Amino acid sequence: MKRFLFPLGIFLVLSVFLAVGLKLDPREVPSPLIDKPAPPFQLAQLRDPGKTLGPGELKGKVWIFNVWASWCVACLQEHPLLVELSRQNLVPIYGLNYKDGRDNALQWLDTHGNPYTLSAMDADGRVGIDYGVYGVPETYVIDKNGVIRFKQIGPVTPKVLEEKILPLVRKLQG
Amino acid sequence: MKRIIAVLLMVLALPAYANEAAPAAQDPVLEQRVMRLTSELRCLVCQNQSLADSHADLAIDLKNEVRSQMQAGKSDAEIREFMVARYGDFVLYRPPLKSTTALLWAGPFLLLAAGGLALGFYLRRRRKRLTESELTPEQRARAEALLHARREGQTR
Repeated sequence: MKRFLFPLGIFLVLSVFLAVGLKLDPREVPSPLIDKPAPPFQLAQLRDPGKTLGPGELKGKVWIFNVWASWCVACLQEHPLLVELSRQNLVPIYGLNYKDGRDNALQWLDTHGNPYTLSAMDADGRVGIDYGVYGVPETYVIDKNGVIRFKQIGPVTPKVLEEKILPLVRKLQG
Repeated sequence: MKRIIAVLLMVLALPAYANEAAPAAQDPVLEQRVMRLTSELRCLVCQNQSLADSHADLAIDLKNEVRSQMQAGKSDAEIREFMVARYGDFVLYRPPLKSTTALLWAGPFLLLAAGGLALGFYLRRRRKRLTESELTPEQRARAEALLHARREGQTR
């Protein structure tokens, strides 16, 4: 009996390690940008390229920053949720149109609805690099001081919105 | 005959399509430096590839970023810092020694130590068992007597 204890112990330890490993998502890379100031940029607006948009102008309010593109399939998944959120007028959503064409992007918004107060055009993806974007869509919550407080990689789900984003927004809005 | 000539002509024409590979950049020394640094950086889209190996869109953008930063005179360490500030330690194939990565670095040595301890323990127990199994003088005498008796029995 005793000789089975040792392999059994090893088996149990291994099982625990593997079980934990299964639960971890390697795609969820902890962002070093949390609690850091939102990287500054000044980009042309999507609808009105003559005007620019940057995080500097948004100081003083809590806002959601959503990276999207018309070529991004997963963006469609979260899109109805963002449109619904924008209707509730709880928090402004600003978009970063990532490596997209202007015409495609505008057409996409016309087809699927536009939840964005404004969108900025990041045609070459340079601002995306500053925000550590690697899997569109990505969503940030930025506080009144222009500090990133939350980052979601991949589509926003109703659960994430209800349990993480909205409580945080309410708290930050004070 | 016509067909054979046509095929022959086609075969002869093939090398015309061949071309020198376009130079990766004007500056091969710089390009080598880019490759060396990006082969130590992880592509975040295809996580088990390095930036150097990957042809993902983002990897190409990041390679261009690395190249232009090198052209601007940034050192490898500065560029690595630039990447870590945006994507975290995860981009590094060689993680830095930190409290969160201490186990990663020390793990193999801990396992080695544990293995050494287990081996020592086992050997000590084994030696004890071997010495314990040695017979006391009385037992030895008795065993010899028995063996002797048996041998005599066999000769008879």
